[in-house]
Amino acid sequence: MTEKPVLEVKGLTLDFATRRGTLRALDGVSFTIGRGEVLGVVGESGAGKSLTGTAIIGLVERPGRITGGEIRLNGQRIDNLPPKEMRAIRGRKIGMIFQDPLTSLNPVFRIGDQLTETLQAHLPLSKAEARQRAIELLIEVGIPAPEKRIDGYPHEFSGGMRQRVVIALALAAGPDLIVADEPTTALDVSVQAQIITLLKRLCRTRGTSVMLITHDMGVIAETADRVAVMYAGRIAEIGPVADVIRHPRHPYARGLMGAIPALDTRVKRLTQISGSMPRLDSIPKGCAFQPRCTMAIPRCSLERPELVQAGASRAACWLANAETEVPA
Amino acid sequence: MTDTVPNPGEPSRFRRIWESDVMWSFRHSPVAIVSAFVSLVMILGAILAPLYAPQDPFNPATLNLMDGLTAPGKANEFTGKTFLLGSDSQGRDMFSAVLYGTQVSLLVGAASVLFSLVIGVFLGLMAGYVGGKTEAVIMRVADIQLSFPAILIALLIFGVARGVIPPAQQEDATLLLLILAIGLSNWAQYARTVRGSTLVEKNKEYVQAARVIGRSPLLIMLKHILPNVMGPVTVIATINLALAVIEEATLSFLGVGMPPTQPSLGTLIRVGQQFLFSGEWWILLFPALTLVILALAINLLGDWLRDALNPRLR
Amino acid sequence: MSEPILEVTDLRRLFDVSKPWLERVVAREPRQLLTAVDEVSFTINKGETFALVGESGSGKSTVAKMVVGLLGPSGGRVRFAGVPEGQRPRPGMVQMIFQDPYASLNPRWRVADIIAEPMIVTGTRKDAASRAARVAELLTLVGLSPKDGDKYPHQFSGGQRQRIAIARALSSEPEFIVCDEPTSALDVSVQAQILNLMRELQERLGLTYLFISHNLAVVRHMAHRIGVMYLGRLVEVQESDALFLAPKHPYTRLLIDAVPNLAEIGRDRVPVQGEVPSPINPPSGCTFHPRCPIAMPVCSRERPAFRDGAACHALAPQTVAAE
Repeated sequence: MTEKPVLEVKGLTLDFATRRGTLRALDGVSFTIGRGEVLGVVGESGAGKSLTGTAIIGLVERPGRITGGEIRLNGQRIDNLPPKEMRAIRGRKIGMIFQDPLTSLNPVFRIGDQLTETLQAHLPLSKAEARQRAIELLIEVGIPAPEKRIDGYPHEFSGGMRQRVVIALALAAGPDLIVADEPTTALDVSVQAQIITLLKRLCRTRGTSVMLITHDMGVIAETADRVAVMYAGRIAEIGPVADVIRHPRHPYARGLMGAIPALDTRVKRLTQISGSMPRLDSIPKGCAFQPRCTMAIPRCSLERPELVQAGASRAACWLANAETEVPA
Repeated sequence: MTDTVPNPGEPSRFRRIWESDVMWSFRHSPVAIVSAFVSLVMILGAILAPLYAPQDPFNPATLNLMDGLTAPGKANEFTGKTFLLGSDSQGRDMFSAVLYGTQVSLLVGAASVLFSLVIGVFLGLMAGYVGGKTEAVIMRVADIQLSFPAILIALLIFGVARGVIPPAQQEDATLLLLILAIGLSNWAQYARTVRGSTLVEKNKEYVQAARVIGRSPLLIMLKHILPNVMGPVTVIATINLALAVIEEATLSFLGVGMPPTQPSLGTLIRVGQQFLFSGEWWILLFPALTLVILALAINLLGDWLRDALNPRLR
Repeated sequence: MSEPILEVTDLRRLFDVSKPWLERVVAREPRQLLTAVDEVSFTINKGETFALVGESGSGKSTVAKMVVGLLGPSGGRVRFAGVPEGQRPRPGMVQMIFQDPYASLNPRWRVADIIAEPMIVTGTRKDAASRAARVAELLTLVGLSPKDGDKYPHQFSGGQRQRIAIARALSSEPEFIVCDEPTSALDVSVQAQILNLMRELQERLGLTYLFISHNLAVVRHMAHRIGVMYLGRLVEVQESDALFLAPKHPYTRLLIDAVPNLAEIGRDRVPVQGEVPSPINPPSGCTFHPRCPIAMPVCSRERPAFRDGAACHALAPQTVAAE
């Protein structure tokens, strides 16, 4: 509480104007990320986790539009910056890692050129200095024989090596925050473990904050300090990783944890949440999870619950503090 | 299963179509609405011509040479008759001639499009689904054909076919020959498009699911793949209708198409241009204008359809 | 659980990955073949779930396609119990559930027609009325409403579509179902629904599953026995519990270790380096030796034989002694 957070998102609301009316994709999303902290954002497809990341890096595309709330980076408001200023912040202050490394790397340029270009765009470096820095970065992300590989093209790298290059690119200008959207989803498990470890180590040594967006709770468990569970464009629960995983307060989070098959034990039946996430055009009134919730009370369909403190976490549930040890 | 009461939450079929993406795009595109309206009026006008045309221009018995070369809207100096769009040297009412000519042009256009569509789609499906040598042969033939202008191919086919058919039946067979020639000169485009879509569809899991239970290749092509590749085909067919009408007009203009006794728009233009310098401009202008408007309207409709079905191309 | 329903022996599959003929002739390159599956043998018993796990390029999906008959083997054989040598079982006896529920249902067909198709093809139900009745029954069985038969696939969510795909697979009254990554495209909560449904159906209908997945946790939840594949070869086959408690092959150990675990919050690990090599040019001997923490000289020379459930030189006492 003493230090100012690196990222502060307050009441972020994002709408899509469609011909059938306005769809609210993000509805009052608020969270902070402290210096050097890794915030995991989980949710199923359509929960709005990627959109939150896109909003933070200022790349929301039409017909989407931020219609409320604010995003502050180091105290400076960035959600209303003109595109040119936002471009300067992107790369310099905020690094990005996407699921498919091929979308972040330009296939027709050598990776060395892409790295030096990024370095020179944001830092006052000569060509030779930038190249030297690029090689150092490649060493840091564990690319073997970097002096040789720096002149290679993206297609000459394997999937895992490409994602390492993307991480080098994201870290090049020494950003305060990295937004990583499903950085390991396209990779094999053994490579995923390497990339997670690398990302964790680099951010720890450099004190970079990370917003790690993924659908894989296991990745979050290993990597994140805190986790936000999103559902239908809202945060259902947010708190320290251990608390959310071991003692989830929101029935959705609880269901989610039970639905994940475990490696060390075999259960007869997985917990299942009936139904599926509502489409954006039919989000129920009150609590968005209420139609699928086994514990819903009449109030849930009338009033929307806000995040309230529940143990070490905060959950958006009317029953978050009710002592219910009933399994969801 | 016998429960046929519609679900109250479900919109009716008409409502669904009206609300669909394509219809929505149609309702919001003035060009599409105007061109669809113009096309529809011209097509219906041509089809229903026998009901209201002042004259049957194909029937020599109804013609009076004395009516010849009357200017539009003016009374003929001998017979006192007036013609809305004037008359030609034979005393034919130009308005009726244009209506019937449009009918002939559209008939040739539509039939040849249908002909090339059936051939092209079938060969494209075969090439894409069967692959191997079948594909190589079909696609190379298509490549060769596409490297010549369609009109040249049509002229060639038309010429060869004329040589085969005895002269006595040539007059009657002209219509069919035109359809054959124009149709055969245009199949390659369908084949290419359909082959491309088929290659995509054939690797989708629903096709594999049908193969797992032992559906025959022919039925997989017709029942599973065909409905899924028809989108781009309808676009090509619409644009090709305009092209086929122009192609027919070109052939007739060159004198190898419809005879003057059964004129299409192209024949009318050919006949009309002989009168241009003697001041009888209407004999050329009205058929030509009709051809331009018809082709333009159908073409714009095709362009809109392409954009509506594939928004990424815009 | 005792009698085998499927016997796969020395299965092998090559793919021609050469450039087009003309290019090859001009560049004077030889034909290039990729061995996707090599010497894979296993049996599956009636009523059990046998899983194949592996990373990309392991050949697990190719094995699935050969078992179901979508691909012909380049060598070895796939033999179902009670089916004469060299013949496929009756149509519909072996069914398949696919990975992508958005691609596995024909978007132009009504759900009822999709589910009824196997019955029409295999001729199990000749008249339309009994087919319609069966479709309604199947929809109920997979947790949908009989009324859903009139709708089109796009009106359903991913999980519901996978239920439809399962109903279609069941409609030909199969004994054996190949499930190729059936939940990889689904969200966790929906994945749980589908996995539960598949286990329920297995118990009720006595089905046998060949379950293909890259997700070890899912495999652990579903399978009785598990085969681990690496670069086209089977490296280990064990009972599920035994495999997770005491993996024999070093690759299996690596895989299990690599899975992020909910129980180990904030774990710092030292991951094994390296990635799966290209199957076009696989390493010599044991294909895993470049990444193996316990590799011996013999590993790069000789291909290990498959014995006692694993293919590894380190597990054969006489090789270890000789080194």
